[in-house]
Amino acid sequence: MAKVKKKVKVIKIDTDKCNGCRSCEVICSAFHASDKYSIVNPARARIRLVREPLNDVYLPVYAGEYTGAECMGRDKYTVDGKEYEECAFCRASCPSRDVFKEPDSGLPLKCDMCEEDPPLDEPLCVKWCLSDALTYEEREEEVEEEEVLEEMDTGLKSLVDKYGLDNLVDSMARMLKKD
Amino acid sequence: MRYAETGYNLEIDMSTGNIEKVETDTELTNHYLGGLGTNARILWDRVPPEADPFSPDNLLIFGAGLLTGTPAIGCNRTIITTYSPQTLYMAFSMMGGFFAPELKHAGYDKVIFRGKSPDLVYVWINNDQVEIRDASHLRGKGAVETEKLLKEELGDSRVQVASIGLAGENRVYMASIEHGRSSASRLGLGAVMGDKGIKAIAVRGTKDVNLARPMEVIDFCNYLIDYIPERDSNPIPGVMPILAGLGSPKEMLIHDEKWHTENFMWGNARTRIKDYWTKDVEEKWKETQESVRTRLISCYNCPMECGAIVSVPGISTYMMKCFSKLTYTMAAYSDLDFGFRIAQRATEYGVDGFSTPQVMAFALELYEAGILTDDDLPGLPEGNEERFYWLLDRIVRREGIGDVLANGVYWAARAIGKGAEEYDHNTIKKHEQLPLKLSMLNPIYFLMWATGEKINITQIEGNFPQAPFPTREEREAFVEDWPHVPHEKFKEYFVNWELRGENSFPYYPPPEATCDIVDWQETMHYIDDALGVCAGLSSFPLKPPYHIHNWPVLISAATGMEMDKDKLWEIARRNRTLIRAINVRRGLRRKDDRPPENHWKKRFPELEETLLDTYYELKGFDKNGIPTRESLHDLNMDFISEDFEKRGIYNDGQSEEKS
Ligand code: SF4
Ligand code: SF4
Repeated sequence: MAKVKKKVKVIKIDTDKCNGCRSCEVICSAFHASDKYSIVNPARARIRLVREPLNDVYLPVYAGEYTGAECMGRDKYTVDGKEYEECAFCRASCPSRDVFKEPDSGLPLKCDMCEEDPPLDEPLCVKWCLSDALTYEEREEEVEEEEVLEEMDTGLKSLVDKYGLDNLVDSMARMLKKD
Repeated sequence: MRYAETGYNLEIDMSTGNIEKVETDTELTNHYLGGLGTNARILWDRVPPEADPFSPDNLLIFGAGLLTGTPAIGCNRTIITTYSPQTLYMAFSMMGGFFAPELKHAGYDKVIFRGKSPDLVYVWINNDQVEIRDASHLRGKGAVETEKLLKEELGDSRVQVASIGLAGENRVYMASIEHGRSSASRLGLGAVMGDKGIKAIAVRGTKDVNLARPMEVIDFCNYLIDYIPERDSNPIPGVMPILAGLGSPKEMLIHDEKWHTENFMWGNARTRIKDYWTKDVEEKWKETQESVRTRLISCYNCPMECGAIVSVPGISTYMMKCFSKLTYTMAAYSDLDFGFRIAQRATEYGVDGFSTPQVMAFALELYEAGILTDDDLPGLPEGNEERFYWLLDRIVRREGIGDVLANGVYWAARAIGKGAEEYDHNTIKKHEQLPLKLSMLNPIYFLMWATGEKINITQIEGNFPQAPFPTREEREAFVEDWPHVPHEKFKEYFVNWELRGENSFPYYPPPEATCDIVDWQETMHYIDDALGVCAGLSSFPLKPPYHIHNWPVLISAATGMEMDKDKLWEIARRNRTLIRAINVRRGLRRKDDRPPENHWKKRFPELEETLLDTYYELKGFDKNGIPTRESLHDLNMDFISEDFEKRGIYNDGQSEEKS
């Protein structure tokens, strides 16, 4: 495969600076509304604050890849004496839990770094994080060209995993007939 | 489609267990916005003025502000409303945190409780699924502990919980409703929640909040995101640290407590210690604060970090905000370490951090004076700090003398008698106040202490400086960049205000100007409490991001309502008048609009009467503090004057309005 230049976008997360405000969730959900900014709903955000004040746990986690199958087990971290909830650091939209999924359709959510044309100066969660728990950096790297699943493919794939290909095809056929 | 609001209230009858989702009337939003405004209208409509606060007829309303849950920064308030068991007037308290946004995402603007549950229960609101569940396993548990246990029980750390501790269960008049780093503390809301048998409300929501004109809302938010850090990093010169920046205020960040410790009174609002703040104290307190403060924390969608996680070695972790770090400390003539320790127990019990320390200091004064004796306080420990713990434990259990003290200073003094009334010297309308005793009458503060319906100075003061700056140059520099004023005349009021001489207290600002200043500050609070924004970003600090000229833009963009400055001002006036009317119907009159007698050494009875007259006139009240027919008519609230007529309130010999 050919080498290409790729812009690597990095959000740096300093959990010590996080005050738990969830502004990152607010603006992410608004930006990704189908009619831009028309709704707020942290349950649709592609960033999620794991927050347990009494345990001093403040952990912003970004939605990563969708996975059709859950892990064989669970992980549970203790860092600096603080115990994190099961799978806290995991970024996957996974069948074992309802995080990083649209609350109504269950379709997976994934951080797209606020893709926009023309591009934004920085992702919006970073802009709205006034405590600088989130900061942003870009750098260039040479990488092998790769095939990326588009958003619709990911969504469809998750439906296939959930209901099976046959059922999905049947149901699409039914929908086509109605129209 | 409804914008910003959900358009639904949740009605729960605790007696029958009936739960209903009820669509709300858009007319109410147009008239009162939401939050405190619509809460008040519901209380007026549905609770008869004769109702005892502990009767099943009384309502307990948890209302989200109109803009709560929109991206507007700091709009996160839950406004809780009922009748106060202590003052017997309308009680309202606003709490920050995460509760109201979650409620909106569950699909409701308010939860309205009526009736009484025979057993202790908690209410679980999970989007459309609402259940009343047994809470016998939570009986006697701390408020913070309850929150933790419920999150575990419900298996979701995103659930938001509002709970009461032992004080609320035992209907202690100082009982608060606690929610994480926040609380609705004043006026005994927790006692009414306990009376209804509700240990906690847990809520989880995953629905959308809609915006009418999204791009305009976001443009406004972009202004906020620039303005807030800019303003906060440019403190206003010549103003004490907690008032120089934004926030509500940032007591958890700030170490310098010279102003509070030397100007506020210690004990039962008794002693001023003028040279308290020495280098030694400063170092020791700084060390204390830094050693227990784990992290500075914010409420939902707000960058201000006014609260903190507090972990004192050996006792369980809790959260604190604002001034409670000093109230126990100063009531007990102790230090900050004691303050942080006892506040942990007090937070679990769920009590008001303003009133409770004062009640305890009052009891110990009575003991020293021989009015309370060893017979009344059997087993009272020797040490001063131990005595505070001892009293606190008894108050929240209503044990022995604690049962009397649990009703607050006013009622306790009357129950104890033997001259105890003399020691009740810091209440207004039966409610304990900040421990301040000053010299020269301040006309602005006179009116705010006397007439504030919230009966709490911090919820009426704010946008106008508390004192003049020493030189004219400084004052001119301050007003130069002051777009917040509703009218240019406020700049003049400030520029001409002097520390000494003719243009100083008590005759400056003159009554009309004084009333304008009070009116402006008060109006901003009523706007905030209807919209659900934290006062720390709006009505409390100087030069805040939100003000009377930009609110209409945001309200209109978020809700789709037509809004301008005059209309908004009128709504705030309507809400203020409605709450006065509710209290008038429960007996409030001019004679009750008084600060504590000894609040200032130098009083000016004639001037004070003029101030009240002028204020009432500006507000459209008659000489007895009752809203007039005309002003009610102008505000589209003829239903109130009709009710007053029926009850004979205008002709009860207490009203001097000519008919
Ligand atoms: S970068 Fe954009 S898409 Fe990703 S979490 Fe932040 S706001 Fe959401
Ligand atoms: S916006 Fe920043 S401070 Fe607030 S929760 Fe997100 S990461 Fe934490």
